[in-house]
Amino acid sequence: MTGNVLTIAKRELKGYFSSPVAFVFIVIFLLLSGFFTFMVADFFGRGQANLQPFFAWHPWLYLFLVPAVGMRMWSEERRLGTIELLLTMPISPWDAIIGKFLASWAVIAIALVLTFPVVVTVNYLGSPDNGVIFASYVGSLLMAGAYLAITAMTSAITRNQVVSFIVSVVLSLFLILAGFTPVTDLLVSWASPWLVDGIASFSVMTHFESIQKGVLDSRDIVYFLSVMVFTLFTTGVIIRAHRAG
Amino acid sequence: MIKVRNLKKNFGPKVAVNGISFTIERGEVLGFLGPNGAGKSTTMRMITGFIPPSEGEITVGGFNMVDNPIPAKRLIGYLPENAPSYADMTVQGFLGFTAELRGLRGDAKKKAVNRVVEMCFLEPVRHQSVETLSKGYRHRTCFAQSIIHDPEVLILDEPTDGLDPNQKHEVRSLIRKMGEKKAIIFSTHILEEVEAVCSRAIIIDRGRIVANGTPAELKQRSDSAGVITLRLGSGNASAVAAKIKNLSGVEKSLVVSESPITVRAFPKRKDRSDEVAQAVSDLARKEHWVIQELHTEEGRLDDVFRNITLPDTTTTKENA
Repeated sequence: MTGNVLTIAKRELKGYFSSPVAFVFIVIFLLLSGFFTFMVADFFGRGQANLQPFFAWHPWLYLFLVPAVGMRMWSEERRLGTIELLLTMPISPWDAIIGKFLASWAVIAIALVLTFPVVVTVNYLGSPDNGVIFASYVGSLLMAGAYLAITAMTSAITRNQVVSFIVSVVLSLFLILAGFTPVTDLLVSWASPWLVDGIASFSVMTHFESIQKGVLDSRDIVYFLSVMVFTLFTTGVIIRAHRAG
Repeated sequence: MIKVRNLKKNFGPKVAVNGISFTIERGEVLGFLGPNGAGKSTTMRMITGFIPPSEGEITVGGFNMVDNPIPAKRLIGYLPENAPSYADMTVQGFLGFTAELRGLRGDAKKKAVNRVVEMCFLEPVRHQSVETLSKGYRHRTCFAQSIIHDPEVLILDEPTDGLDPNQKHEVRSLIRKMGEKKAIIFSTHILEEVEAVCSRAIIIDRGRIVANGTPAELKQRSDSAGVITLRLGSGNASAVAAKIKNLSGVEKSLVVSESPITVRAFPKRKDRSDEVAQAVSDLARKEHWVIQELHTEEGRLDDVFRNITLPDTTTTKENA
């Protein structure tokens, strides 16, 4: 079981780095996160030794970049017909689903690790709470995983990568907006607070913001993991339904 | 090795496969014939576990494909239609990947890859990426993948499609050789391939088996099967035809051409054509005819194929 997951993850990862996808993603992620942190959020001007302006942009960066990484996950298999090879191998379909997911997640993790200069910078300039920074990194990775699992699901629906990209951007946007402060403020004016809180608790924003405070609360971790488990499970169901015709 | 019982598959309202049953043992090469859209690929996809059947049962080596797919799939090597492979990988990388999924690691994996690279003549492109290969090489790369674990069962969907005549010949002899020890199913449109390779052929039309037998048995069903052709150096064609018609066992005789004198004899019973041929030969010796050719028609598979599948297609049109 684990052997097959690793074999598939290894192949996927090689696939990412033998095409420009991984490099383009990593470079653009680094450029954009640098631009937003230093230019838009005015990291130096704030005079605070934390990475809040860096992490605050992640939900929005991931919104477009993560679907771009994951959109080919299953649609490409279907377009090439290799899905027929993969699923007639003596492996469980879950091996393939998890293996592919982990490989794409690893690409994002690599990009995230490569943002280390910003950690070095803030530590050089001041004395930030590195516990908070660590927690934020974990939260960011979990959030990316949740987006990516959604993209895995949408890429299983279609053999067209563009459709897969757009649908997953829309779904991810919904998960952001449900807890985005301007939206919740709007809702509060006519909905009861428990409803607004209920909707917001489905949002990645709510949970990512709470992790950014430096507390890795089990509720937030469970939230991200359950989004992943649910959407990856749905991916399996979709793939099975396609095979059944 | 493979038992298929009453296999059915519906795609929505469309019935793709409608009650197919057959068994195949080790040492058999089974050819799947049929017009496009007859349900050949769908049947193969069900046997390999890619799509679940709507009804019916498949067992491979005693394992049920629906309830116990992993051990069943372990026994099968599969070449899907159009021979898909990962375009971004090298031939060696791709074969190594499939070997690993087949549970081969380390030395065993290296040996398996080397073996199939040699068997499928992939050495010159070994380190090239699949997307740069010609169709023939791509096809053979996927074929190599199907035999990497030396499977007991091989399922090949149009294994010679898109290959040049030399490559076709290579693949055919490979299939024939492997057929001695394995159970092989392959589909094709090329009827001569069936005669060259198969120990048994099944003709499928509109989701049903319409003929099942050895290529020789199937050819017997052809109209021209058993017809004897006699060509002589000299003599009178109509006189020869008349004498042949008087032989016992001959239904009728026909002058095909006056010069060279060619006469055709139709036996009353196709399975008795050898006796008729003997009688014609005896007659020729008695009459001192100079025989240039004496030939018994074996029958033609494509006649049989057309006879079986054509009337059915017309009824489809009427129904639709």
